[in-house]
Amino acid sequence: MKVLVAVKRVVDYKVQIRVKSDNSGVETQNVKMSVNPPDENAIEEAVKLKEQGLASETIAVSIGDEKSQDVLRTSMAMGIDKSILVKTQNTLEPLAVAKTLMKLIEKEKPNLVLLGKQAIDDDSNQTGQILSALLKWPQGCFISNLKIEGNKVSISREIDEGIENLETSLPAVLTCDLRLNTPRFASLPNIMKAKKKPLDIIDIDSLGVDTTPRIKTLKVIEPPKRKAGVMVSDVKELVKKLKYEAKVI
Amino acid sequence: MAVLVIAEHDNINLKSSTLNTITAAKKLSDDIHLFILGSNIGELANKSKDIHFLSKVIKCDNEKLKNFLPELSAPLISNLAENYSHILAPASTFGKNLLPRVSALLDITQISDVIDIVSNDTFVRPIYAGNAISQVQTNQKINLLTIRPTSFEKSEDSGGDASIEEIPFVDTDLKTIFINREVSKSDRPELGNARIVVSGGRGLENSDNFKLLYELADKLNAAVGASRAAVDSGYIGNEYQVGQTGKMVAPELYIAIGISGAIQHLAGMKESKVIVAINKDLEAPIFNVADYGLSSDLFQAIPEIIKELDLLNQIES
Repeated sequence: MKVLVAVKRVVDYKVQIRVKSDNSGVETQNVKMSVNPPDENAIEEAVKLKEQGLASETIAVSIGDEKSQDVLRTSMAMGIDKSILVKTQNTLEPLAVAKTLMKLIEKEKPNLVLLGKQAIDDDSNQTGQILSALLKWPQGCFISNLKIEGNKVSISREIDEGIENLETSLPAVLTCDLRLNTPRFASLPNIMKAKKKPLDIIDIDSLGVDTTPRIKTLKVIEPPKRKAGVMVSDVKELVKKLKYEAKVI
Repeated sequence: MAVLVIAEHDNINLKSSTLNTITAAKKLSDDIHLFILGSNIGELANKSKDIHFLSKVIKCDNEKLKNFLPELSAPLISNLAENYSHILAPASTFGKNLLPRVSALLDITQISDVIDIVSNDTFVRPIYAGNAISQVQTNQKINLLTIRPTSFEKSEDSGGDASIEEIPFVDTDLKTIFINREVSKSDRPELGNARIVVSGGRGLENSDNFKLLYELADKLNAAVGASRAAVDSGYIGNEYQVGQTGKMVAPELYIAIGISGAIQHLAGMKESKVIVAINKDLEAPIFNVADYGLSSDLFQAIPEIIKELDLLNQIES
């Protein structure tokens, strides 16, 4: 079984983001960038499948500018075998990302595609679902448990009501929740080793995918600030304020 | 042109997120159709025609639609798409699982998690866990939107008189088998929809201590929520998680207990009308969004609050 993992380079989850003063977007220059957190879970799961002898090869793919090489190196330091960067200067919408991934899937022929359930920058939560529909492969979203036996895939999905258990078969597209596993830290020797692993760079134009944006961002603004609150000295005061000032209990 | 709303339901009742989504649809058109896909939904469709603002209820009733597998639902929706200017679904795990497949089938880019509708082609959505708000415009023939339920009021579920139309089920080859759903039963209000939410974090230390939180929640007739840290630690189930990758809530009162207030948690609750934070760490970022902060040991504070609430009730009765 060959496993393909999609990895996005995003502003690190600990960074307090800043909206650009011209309201054209969010400042990403000179900001710490990292692997999108749920994508790390996808990487971890792929590496685990390889360690369990279930996966024969693991490939990470990222779509972005030159700098996205670093998230691919991180993926390989975590244990991914090889990676591909689809180079573009543009920000792609989920539909275009899925179409681009599809081209690579036609070429690499994986049996399993793992993605993070959403990117923490645009919070779209779409790519895996679109990809599954385009490929006509089974969809498993927001998974927190995965078991593969032969061709059979058993998953648990996190849904608003609790957990949903499904059974399906390979090939499949699965999107990973943060609770699927605990991503490992890349050790220094593995970081060194990852520098020698293959990283192909291909230009997005060579894939012949229409990536023209369908959506125009008119402006990006800061959310309204909450007005400053007060500290209360004890429970009595708190309950009184909630009852007579805020009138919410 | 008409607007289509995809109903979220359990084959018996509509989820309240559907009513929020209908209110969003009202901003786009006066001709709103509700599409219910499910199994044995005759009664549900009949009840739904009373919803205010609806002009038509479309139902597709088949045993195979019982468990809402998106591979089966998406083609049925895309087959109807050309009659509509907008197709809306709630931005719940139901809608998130389903609508992007319609996006793929129609070759239309979906706009996720809409919190405001400026005009028929301009929408507002949060990005970066709500730390930035993006206004986007599209000139696609059909607009696909998931709607954040907490950003729109619920529409009235009475006063309407919609017609009912049934469309035939068209099967899709599907390899997925539904096994089961593990749903926790609770008499408390639904988290996404409650007037008061009492949320616990890692500060509660274990699942046993969450009982203290449940006691307080029941006193206030509140829903229970949790931070990701508490869910990851196994104190409480994933369905209670509030935050960027969990549920979005906007109750009248949100009480955060033993929650430090990571950006990702704030993303899920900072639209609450009144926020209370109880934490012994004065530096905890949750205090930055709190209207009322109490720096205290929660194991002392919770029983005291319960006692004070009892006193209040005695005075009132």
